[in-house]
Amino acid sequence: MTIPDPDKEEARTRDSNWAAPVSRLTVTNLPVGGINLNVEGRHLSSPIRGFGQLWQKTYSIRLDGASVSPEEVIRVWKADFPKFWPKGYRFFGSASGIAPGDVAVLNLAGPGGVTGPGGAPLISTGVMVIYTDEESFSFLTPEGHMFAGMITFSASEEEPGVTVAQIQALVRANDPIYETSFRLGFGHKAENDFWLRTLESLADHFGVKSKALVNMVCVDKKMQWSEAKNVWQNAAIRTTMYYVAAPIRWARGALSR
Amino acid sequence: MSISKLTTEVRKVNPATSIIDIHGEINAQAESTLMDAYTQASVAGVRSIILNFSGLEYMNSSGIGLLVTLLIRIKRQNQRLMAFGLSDHYEQIFELTRLNEAIGIYSTEAEAVSKA
Repeated sequence: MTIPDPDKEEARTRDSNWAAPVSRLTVTNLPVGGINLNVEGRHLSSPIRGFGQLWQKTYSIRLDGASVSPEEVIRVWKADFPKFWPKGYRFFGSASGIAPGDVAVLNLAGPGGVTGPGGAPLISTGVMVIYTDEESFSFLTPEGHMFAGMITFSASEEEPGVTVAQIQALVRANDPIYETSFRLGFGHKAENDFWLRTLESLADHFGVKSKALVNMVCVDKKMQWSEAKNVWQNAAIRTTMYYVAAPIRWARGALSR
Repeated sequence: MSISKLTTEVRKVNPATSIIDIHGEINAQAESTLMDAYTQASVAGVRSIILNFSGLEYMNSSGIGLLVTLLIRIKRQNQRLMAFGLSDHYEQIFELTRLNEAIGIYSTEAEAVSKA
């Protein structure tokens, strides 16, 4: 009989925290109501791709007074991830929570929660879960998303008895149009408001009424002009075009019946 | 508070190339250790920094973030970042995160140094 080597077993378990590489994204079991326009068949992006300046944004909230461990915060966050998002922003992921390799569809409102007619999302895009462990999980964005980059959600004990929940985004605007919105300020404001409200909603779940904080560092001021072509995959433009073309699709369908 | 599980050694293998030997884990706590090693490696005349991952035990997604910021810092100095000694698993992670498109990856130290 072979006795399992505990070190190798642990290494295997930790290796499974990572998703396997994929050449193109595939959406399976999209929940009812989700609009999948800019995810299927797309490549993943990364912080080294993308057009704009590279930002490291760290959002955090102290869960003062809540007797909750970092592991418990992450367990709840993974299990109910969409619940903590602000109104108008929808995350269509796996029913079982957040797991490596999952691809989720995002249907997003515009700045200030503005939606299209009938509550239609202004941007349909997605994310892939690339990593999870007991104290963190991370997403990578696909081509066409507002950002090329990685977002990591984590919790840690900053001082004895005080857990801090954190979101760290290492991202570039994916194309010149998105970069313009960040240079003008409203892109950053919309993103910051979104994650600060998400953290405050998470804290509220644990009975903590507190303000989340943001720290922004520009890691790379240079733009990557070779990536300007990404504008052809801009999910906001493609989502708008999808709605604009809806009457044509309807007419074609009616004629072919 | 977690403490860093990363140790590094810096070797200058020729006037234009430094190697950083990685031992342990690269995670969020490893930032100062890794950046200090880079500062030590990046002396005058060094054009290529090579990371030796043979002693890497584990890297989480925050570790990937650290490598991205290190890469940007290195590019800002007009230097190149290269690597060798990655296990098959971490070569896949570099592929997943597209780090392999910006960091030259080689099988052995000799190969990496010859391309530096």
